[in-house]
Amino acid sequence: MKRLLIALLLLFTLPALGAKVETGDPDLDRAFEALLGSDFAAKQAALQQLVANERPERFQWVEGILDGRLRVLKKEKRVVWVEKDGRQFKATDALTAQVLGEFKKRKLKKFRINNSLRRTIRSILAARDLDSPDPRARRKAVEAILENPSPDQIALLQPRIEKETDPAVLDAMQLVMALAKLQSPDEPERLKAIKGVSGSLEPAVRQALVRLAENDPSPSVQKSAATALRKIEDRVRVMGQIETLFFGLSLGSVLVLAAIGLAITFGVMGVINMAHGELIMLGAYTTYLIQQLMPGLPGVSLLLSIPAAFLVSGSVGIAIERGIIRFLYGRPLETLLATFGVSLILQQLVRTVISPQNVPVSNPEFMSGQLFINSALSLTYNRLYIILFCMLVFVGLFLVLKRTRLGLEVRAVAQNRGMARAMGVRAARVDALTFGLGSGIAGVAGVALSQLTNVGPNLGQQYIVDSFMVVVFGGVGNLWGTLVGGLGLGIANKFMEPWAGAVMAKILILVFVILFIQKRPRGLFPQKGRAAED
Amino acid sequence: MKSIVPVRRLALAVSAAAALVVSGAVQAADTIKVGILHSLSGTMAISETTLKDTMLMLIEEQNKKGGLLGKKLEPVVVDPASNWPLFAEKARELIQKDKVAAIFGCWTSVSRKSVLPVVEELKTPLFYPVQYEGEESSKYVFYTGAAPNQQAIPAVDYLMDQGVKRWVLAGTDYVYPRTTNKILEAYLKAKGVKDGDIMINYTPFGHSDWQSIVADIKKFGSAGKKTAVVSTINGDANVPFYKELGNQGISAEDIPVVAFSVGEEELSGIDTKPLVGHLAAWNYFMSVDADVNDEFIEAWHKFIKKEDRVTNDPMEAHYIGFNMWVKAVEKAGTTDPEKVVDAMVGVTAPNLSGGYSAMMPNHHITKPVLIGEIQDDGQFEIVYSTPGLVVGDAWSDFLPGSKDLIADWRKPLSCGNYNVKTGKCSGQNY
Repeated sequence: MKRLLIALLLLFTLPALGAKVETGDPDLDRAFEALLGSDFAAKQAALQQLVANERPERFQWVEGILDGRLRVLKKEKRVVWVEKDGRQFKATDALTAQVLGEFKKRKLKKFRINNSLRRTIRSILAARDLDSPDPRARRKAVEAILENPSPDQIALLQPRIEKETDPAVLDAMQLVMALAKLQSPDEPERLKAIKGVSGSLEPAVRQALVRLAENDPSPSVQKSAATALRKIEDRVRVMGQIETLFFGLSLGSVLVLAAIGLAITFGVMGVINMAHGELIMLGAYTTYLIQQLMPGLPGVSLLLSIPAAFLVSGSVGIAIERGIIRFLYGRPLETLLATFGVSLILQQLVRTVISPQNVPVSNPEFMSGQLFINSALSLTYNRLYIILFCMLVFVGLFLVLKRTRLGLEVRAVAQNRGMARAMGVRAARVDALTFGLGSGIAGVAGVALSQLTNVGPNLGQQYIVDSFMVVVFGGVGNLWGTLVGGLGLGIANKFMEPWAGAVMAKILILVFVILFIQKRPRGLFPQKGRAAED
Repeated sequence: MKSIVPVRRLALAVSAAAALVVSGAVQAADTIKVGILHSLSGTMAISETTLKDTMLMLIEEQNKKGGLLGKKLEPVVVDPASNWPLFAEKARELIQKDKVAAIFGCWTSVSRKSVLPVVEELKTPLFYPVQYEGEESSKYVFYTGAAPNQQAIPAVDYLMDQGVKRWVLAGTDYVYPRTTNKILEAYLKAKGVKDGDIMINYTPFGHSDWQSIVADIKKFGSAGKKTAVVSTINGDANVPFYKELGNQGISAEDIPVVAFSVGEEELSGIDTKPLVGHLAAWNYFMSVDADVNDEFIEAWHKFIKKEDRVTNDPMEAHYIGFNMWVKAVEKAGTTDPEKVVDAMVGVTAPNLSGGYSAMMPNHHITKPVLIGEIQDDGQFEIVYSTPGLVVGDAWSDFLPGSKDLIADWRKPLSCGNYNVKTGKCSGQNY
């Protein structure tokens, strides 16, 4: 029997033989080896074993397992910290801090974890952070408990609540305590706890109140829970409306960005440029290429991409204008076909030169995450920046058209070509520059889109129809029309989406624009005066 | 179209064409032709080009081993350009002009449905390597990708084991997600999930503005029950979806997303850090620990001459399908389609996870089902695999219209949709 047991034990430890670890401490070795194995239940146990260890580095190790910086050197059997250095990894022994040199990725073994291990690690770290000197870390730790409160974690809070000095952390802690008391067997205690949580927008509070309002044995508790719940739901609804408005504004500003270059080439010059989408795509690819040139600096490279994309798309635009469009002025059908051909050529060019696959464009740190307003309302940073960026581009373009010599000439040529030429404006040059300006703005839009969506050869096609829709809806030849039209369509789309679904909302918007154009062929803000007569 | 081609020139053209056909036939005498029908241009080129290369590699390897029945294999590659009707035309061209013995191809279900009448009419086997919605079994089509019970249902079972109680079924608006979600909805309800705990959402192709949908999912998931998203979102629309999840602070630990169309190839174009922990269900992952897989990856890297190329599930499906066809041809001793099709049922071939897959009478194959979590290097960590192989089910047991149907192409039944209740074969071939 005993021998059988030993054999069985051997069998269970066998998988660990695949990857050996030698740290000098057999307990640690066992824990790390189990963590390298493929049995997730054993990994959970090993994790607890690792934390039960008295070493001060243990939390760092756990954190390293979470973010993949802690690995094992297969041949040397050592647990190491790794730091990526080009294609190699710099390894430092995790126990002795001895620098071991550079290694290929293949030589290192990662601690593979799954979602439940990740959750365990996060709760281990949250328990540690309760004693962190940084109030923000403490608050995060309390919030982690709030999301998923368990009795032993609440027991952890109890002694700390008296010592807490930071008001925000204290609030969060009291909320957790009140939440725990909602389940107290004592009725007045429960009523008091309902008062304590009222007004909080935390989902955990709402769930607890729903339970009380439905199932509590005492009618008075039920009633007060229902009242508190109603108050919270009202606030949540308001927040929901604000959120939808924000979504609409951000979708609208994407539409405006995509369309505003077209508002110049199509709106002011009257050229139907089917390659507009591809000029956006070129801007997005410029962002990609600049990021490739400056690895590790996504923020700087993104800022640099803005002027670079403007120049790239702008010069391609000028080349298209000089090479093709200028021979076709006044022949809209031929322009349409020619520029459609250009758009196909540009797409295939990108497919052959770069790759038919999408390329990765990374988001800089400041573009990810969200601005926390309250538990029911957070605004994502990337969308906030896009809205801001859209406004900046709009104002910039507006100033160029209204305040500069070029803008004056552009407007003059658009209004009356013959007269402008008689006054000494070189109309041909103005045409090229105007087209370049519109194309350059399309490139800048591409930089913004690269942060939101896939960068691939088909990127432009997705936006060409939307862009024309916005320009036509807003009124050809009017920048304000494009702004109001784009934002309006974006907001309408987002308010319709919850009840109509994404597919239907898009169709409804398109139908609406078509009907609108039937009624008012010149869009929201028609051009007035002689310029309007074609 | 006013000018009429002079009769003489027409006659010349016809005889030239005839000569071509004859020369084709002569060539066919010393080689066996294999048709490869994958889009090399247009939107599907992203995924299908790889499969064309896989087939070329498999054929090259077979030729190195001495070919088949003493003859060399000759690949015939055509480009249907992501254009569904063109798939049918190109299939016809492959069979009638090039006289191929079998076709390996198609990706989307539409393209398969478009080729289907052609292979039925001209009686040539088609090997289809992609996971699909099921509800089909044709005498001349061999489905080497997963049927819903080989991908979607085990994935849902796994999540149920993990304690998931609330379900978001999110998909792109076309036939595969609609059918799969219908099956899943029926399955979840059969398991006791209530209507209020299922949310179904469809989006257009290439959808990029996920803000409201992700916000809805977040709200749906904050009801205190563990929530998961089952995603049949197609292709690259997944990237902005995952990005939005990350930006709105939803991690895989809060609301995991299990996807059926996201594999190594799709992940190779993106930064996978925000995706870590989200799941995918396939029958093969590049990270599968098996000698045969290591050999396959090595051969692939050597063939494609690029060390960083990944392998994926549809590639494995072609690997299995091609080897099955080779065995069936050897078993039948001829490439005559009719005999090969009969010989196919019961043939086994190695799969890349170290076991063997068999062709079943319903023309679907047996496969292991694997669930993987996305890692930050674009690979999958396998967190679950079915204890044994799962037999592909042509007709779902969870749809009212198809639960009494079975497919069995062995004689004497020879029927793709036999109703076990009425005892009738509906008569249509697929």
